[in-house]
Amino acid sequence: MPGPDKETDLTERIEAFLSDLKRGGSGTGPLRGSAETARETTALLRRITAQARWSSAGDLMEIIRKEGRRITAAQPSETTVGNMIRRVLKIVREEYARSRGSSEETDQQESLHKLLTSGGLSEENFRQHFATLKANVIEAINELLTELEGTTDNIAMQALEHIHSNEVIMTIGRSRTVEAFLKDAARKRKFHVIVAECAPFCQGHEMATSLSKAGIETTVIADAAIFAVMSRVNKVIIGTQTVLANGGLRAVNGTHTLALAAKHHSTPLIVCAPMFKLSPQVGRLSSLNSQFTICISGEILSKVNVHCPVFDYVPPELITLFISNIGGHAPSYIYRLMSELYHPEDHEL
Amino acid sequence: MADSGVTDEPGTKDDVHRAKTEGKELSKEEKQRLRKEKKQQKKNKEKKDEKASHESEKKKNKEEKPVSAAAPASQPPTQPSTQKAPSAVPAPAPVPVPVSETPALADKPAKTKADLKAERRARQEAERASKQAATSKPKAPPNELQPVVKRLPEHVQVDNPGVLKKLAKKLERQQIPLRLDYGYKVSLFSHLHQYSRKAPLTQQLSIPSTVIHPAIVRLGLQYSQGIVAGSNARSVALLHAFKQVIRDYTTPPNEELSRDLVNKLKPYISFLSQCRPLSASMGNAIKYIKKEISNIPSQCKEEEAKRKLLSCIDCYIDEKIILAAKAIAKSSIEKISNGDVILVYGCSSLVNHILCEAFEKNIKFRVIVVDSRPRLEGREALRRLVQRGISCTYVLISAVSYILPEVSKVFLGAHALLANGYVMSRVGTSQIALVAKAFNVPVLVCCETYKFCERVQTDSFVSNELDDPDDLIVTRKGKTQLEHWQDVPSLGLLNLVYDVTPPDFVDLVITDLGMIPCTSVPVVLRVKNVDQ
Repeated sequence: MPGPDKETDLTERIEAFLSDLKRGGSGTGPLRGSAETARETTALLRRITAQARWSSAGDLMEIIRKEGRRITAAQPSETTVGNMIRRVLKIVREEYARSRGSSEETDQQESLHKLLTSGGLSEENFRQHFATLKANVIEAINELLTELEGTTDNIAMQALEHIHSNEVIMTIGRSRTVEAFLKDAARKRKFHVIVAECAPFCQGHEMATSLSKAGIETTVIADAAIFAVMSRVNKVIIGTQTVLANGGLRAVNGTHTLALAAKHHSTPLIVCAPMFKLSPQVGRLSSLNSQFTICISGEILSKVNVHCPVFDYVPPELITLFISNIGGHAPSYIYRLMSELYHPEDHEL
Repeated sequence: MADSGVTDEPGTKDDVHRAKTEGKELSKEEKQRLRKEKKQQKKNKEKKDEKASHESEKKKNKEEKPVSAAAPASQPPTQPSTQKAPSAVPAPAPVPVPVSETPALADKPAKTKADLKAERRARQEAERASKQAATSKPKAPPNELQPVVKRLPEHVQVDNPGVLKKLAKKLERQQIPLRLDYGYKVSLFSHLHQYSRKAPLTQQLSIPSTVIHPAIVRLGLQYSQGIVAGSNARSVALLHAFKQVIRDYTTPPNEELSRDLVNKLKPYISFLSQCRPLSASMGNAIKYIKKEISNIPSQCKEEEAKRKLLSCIDCYIDEKIILAAKAIAKSSIEKISNGDVILVYGCSSLVNHILCEAFEKNIKFRVIVVDSRPRLEGREALRRLVQRGISCTYVLISAVSYILPEVSKVFLGAHALLANGYVMSRVGTSQIALVAKAFNVPVLVCCETYKFCERVQTDSFVSNELDDPDDLIVTRKGKTQLEHWQDVPSLGLLNLVYDVTPPDFVDLVITDLGMIPCTSVPVVLRVKNVDQ
């Protein structure tokens, strides 16, 4: 029977994806970029939609939520997975509402007026069955996938609006988005890039070699020299792991120091982040500690606490601009974008 | 006319004598011509100028005093350079000559050879003075408020080919090899040297080196390889090496110890600055030694002079470094209380000393050691503190904003304190001070007064040290990304050693003179200068 085969096939794929995530996140930092993770998650969700057994939108949402909880538990630091799941849930809601015929706007917003006049929350249990729902959802997910394919290019296209010639730009660590952004600008303009190496993993080295091969004048500096050279920097352009709902960032270790130094010198801090990195979480998150080898001799290593946080929280006051695939925004606008992308009930999976 | 005729003949004879005796500067004819002209001038103005000359002599004395005070020591102090003086000089000087000449004429047959010699000497001096006056006329008059012309040190003028040539010539003269720069230099720092650790200067020296004392060669190698690092350690090592040099020194015949020893030290200092640019503390120590050496009285015997110098150096080390550390520790311990979490950066001998002393006094605190690539000096500090039993945490500098909410105080060491209140220290210090300020954690800098420096600087670019760029290369996950950085034309590595922290990030500076704000550094410098 095709059903059970499909199901086993599906569970196999989910397991494979989970183990990939676990391996990728442990110890040495994310092995692949967030864009890839986002695409794979979305592809997996499409498969679930296509192959899993469900009859109504509510069932589908339950299945997605269940799998989603398992996946996010496997790798909590990889927030893009959770973001994609929430996006798909929102897609499902939208398609359901469209099939039912009611307009999307009024259903989704819980306005004060609605609360007072309707006398309680409208119970929307998504139990109705629609034949075309599956096809519509899969089509919408495909659209989402095409959007994901083009995010890096969309961001890179905006590079020339922000970089003029003979600038000195500083960045930290390795971000594929920023790399594409700078390479695109380098086709037409000449500028200088300073890369902070971001110890202990030193992803900055890879970034620097890649940029210098594209013909950009690059300099690698140690993390300790960030403040020392900041006075000659015109712009700071960084990538991030997550954009939080309050406009803050959860970015690689050392970004907060960079942001403070930029603020001190009144240098604009620009964050290149595609929309799928927006996460409904707010405020400081508990940072992960990762293992890394430093050359402390064994005898004192037992008496010493070693901390190696992977991420930093950067408050929104230090950020000047967000550049995403839909354009540029101020940090104060992020909450609004959030409400367009995710449904409030999905914030907690 | 008869007078002039009579006076001319002995004048010409004297002229010939004078020409024979003097003879070096001017040719005979020129001298004779000059003298004849002046004699005619003198006789015409003799009586008129007698009174005027007395007045102008007084004026000349007065002028010479302020002129000699204002002019720097390099110019001969007796050189009168105002417009008035040249006219005053030949007037009084030649005036006594004809005065002496006329009685000489009268008593000419009764004159002895000694008198003639005295006359000749007076005339020679007059001619010399007049010649100097003649040549010094085009010179500009010096002001009372002459600006202090500081020579820019060579090590911040690498992009100036003239300066490089001069340096090469100087080193050739002193028989010290020139160290070549290595690798692609970032354009912002093209005015600084960048050396490779793999090519120490000692490889280019011949063995045995006759010019440089072996203790200095060893010291230079230790500096360039980073074996002796840290401001205090470098100064103490330098002073010990100089002590050895002084012990092995013998004054060559016909030379004075005070001048010759200073000249002997100059090539050593050039060699050491080629191995690694001198630190501010080393510069101050060298100034002190040179002053002590030149203050040795010339009648002092060699053994006694050497003993005196050695004891001076010991005294300097004891006072400025060891006792200062004790005084600073005493003041700092008042600032450490029970339950404190203290953050330190890198390895500062002074800060480690303070923490160990505080631990001895049974204050309960814990320490967070912040470290940075590529030097990773924090490991040494960690080792010293853990050996004493202090509970420590270790982080890299990128994690400072993660760990800072736990911290109650930040203790930083300094390489030098500049006269505008900026703190020059290991690169990364300003970053820590910045983040501490953002989290409202007090920042205390500990520094001995001998590290106070008269320079001013506002950013970390104009004067800094570039370390070996290859230090930044590292292997992670089996890959060495920057291994072939030299092959890529647009890639540069920057390994800075120092940076400057603005005074608004620093809350307190603890010195052996007490606890002062950062802005009081020029006051301390002035007090020290007045003392000396």
